[in-house]
Amino acid sequence: MSAPLLEARQLRVDIGGKTVVDCLNLSLQPGERLAILGRNGAGKSTLLSTLAGLRPPQAGAVLLDGEDCALLPPRQAALRRAWLGQFQNDPFGSTVLETALTGRHPHLGRWDWESKHDAELARSALKALGLAGMEARQVHTLSGGERQRLAIATLLTQAATLYLLDEPLSHLDLNHQMAVLELFAGTARDCGAAVVMVLHDPALAHRFCDRALLVYGDGRCEQGAVNDILTAATLSELYGHGLRQIEDRGHRCFIPE
Amino acid sequence: MPTRRRAFLILTALSLLALVSFALALSAGSLKVPLLDIVAALFGRGDGAADMVVQLRLPRALAGFACGGLLALAGALMQVLLRNPLADPYVLGISGGAGVGAMFGILIGLPLLAVDGLAFAGALGAMFLVFGLAHGDGSWTQTRLLLTGVIVAAGCGALIALMLSIADEGKLHGMLFWLMGDLGQTFTWWPAALALVVALACAMPFARELNLLSRGLMQAQALGVAVGRLRYTVYLLASVATAASVTTAGSIGFVGLVVPHLVRLATGNDQRLLLPATVLAGGSLLVLADTAARTVIAPLQLPVGVLTALIGVPVFLFLLSRQPK
Repeated sequence: MSAPLLEARQLRVDIGGKTVVDCLNLSLQPGERLAILGRNGAGKSTLLSTLAGLRPPQAGAVLLDGEDCALLPPRQAALRRAWLGQFQNDPFGSTVLETALTGRHPHLGRWDWESKHDAELARSALKALGLAGMEARQVHTLSGGERQRLAIATLLTQAATLYLLDEPLSHLDLNHQMAVLELFAGTARDCGAAVVMVLHDPALAHRFCDRALLVYGDGRCEQGAVNDILTAATLSELYGHGLRQIEDRGHRCFIPE
Repeated sequence: MPTRRRAFLILTALSLLALVSFALALSAGSLKVPLLDIVAALFGRGDGAADMVVQLRLPRALAGFACGGLLALAGALMQVLLRNPLADPYVLGISGGAGVGAMFGILIGLPLLAVDGLAFAGALGAMFLVFGLAHGDGSWTQTRLLLTGVIVAAGCGALIALMLSIADEGKLHGMLFWLMGDLGQTFTWWPAALALVVALACAMPFARELNLLSRGLMQAQALGVAVGRLRYTVYLLASVATAASVTTAGSIGFVGLVVPHLVRLATGNDQRLLLPATVLAGGSLLVLADTAARTVIAPLQLPVGVLTALIGVPVFLFLLSRQPK
């Protein structure tokens, strides 16, 4: 069996001197989807950027394709994993197509310009996110949801095998939430990509992920198959608010008490 | 969609503009020289008068072009580094440091070369001071860098004001011209030209990475940019470019802030095109402004810094109002 796309060994993550994740062992194979759930400020985003190799862990190691992230040149890392952050802004403005094309950066040599092939990839990614026909628009004229979809299209243009998504559904309407989740489910199924996403809706996590990682914010983490771990009992403890579980045609739904 | 072809066309047009600015700079003045005579003199076959004009005006035009190019390049780099459209080459106190050095040199009556040397030393001093203070706890964030630079610049401004207020009448004129930017006191042109070539050659390989840097540090890092190393390089390049220009021609304002925006409005924010285009546009603007500075109310000469603003402001406002988006 080949090396997992993402592996964390004895990972410790601190924020401002406080340990939020400790002794985390994690391994993600091609086609697997993992949801990260937790309260605000529990360290989900920090954990995700650590898994992306964007900040060094306090202890332990992150491996991409079996290679230590800390030793991997940034460009090599960018060819293996794509990271979606929570905030995007460009003080100087650019067009939608130019923004989507930035995803091609790790694939281009130092003196290369984007080719027709790169532009096709960017256009098809925009189309997949329902942004066809907006290529020439300035980014600052887009709505929040459209910007989020543009960021996801840029991610697809990067064509990595591992996707790390920090709240991919923020600003999206119901229709686009489902479209984006189904898009990544399809990418995992058909292209063998692995997906890690920070989500706030346990029902969607249950429906669109294989496994879930619960981050308590005090160093404790729990992970397991969604059917076992996403229950009213564990989630009530995680969020500190009582939840009731309802099942409907194989989908789970959680209602706050 | 950015393409090489479009970049090539725009750069060719700007090169023509640069040539026109040189032709004007060499022919205009108290002694008008026809273009043909100038071309002949450039190839060493001119008569005495044309020869002399070329020997006097060419170095000044070259120095002007180099300084304009350096300031515009430094401005474009600072705007990306600080991700702030209001950034210019002077925002981090480099011109302030150079100003303190130069004012001190003039105040104690040093010769021109020594004043230039002190200005350069002051610029480098300010650069290291800001770098060291902003680096402090290792965070080196944009806000911290900007704040440190602004405070150091304010401190330098106070020192300059102090020296201006205790200087005697005879030296005051020279000091004020230095502060406003003046090519009339330029010692030699080639250090600035060399700095321009080196700075542009060092910046161009990172042009596409700079595009990503302007979108955010984490974003750039996630797309494979070695952000830390790139930011140090950009800071160093922009600082040295500013120091070279300020040493050569004093603190000429406006070019470094507005030329990058001007080019951005006209061609978009792709640094692969923007960096060489700002160099050509900034150089041309400064050569034109300097030609105007020494001809509009000849034989009186104006400081070129005044003219760059007078030419640049209407052009910039026109482009801004034309922008449909």
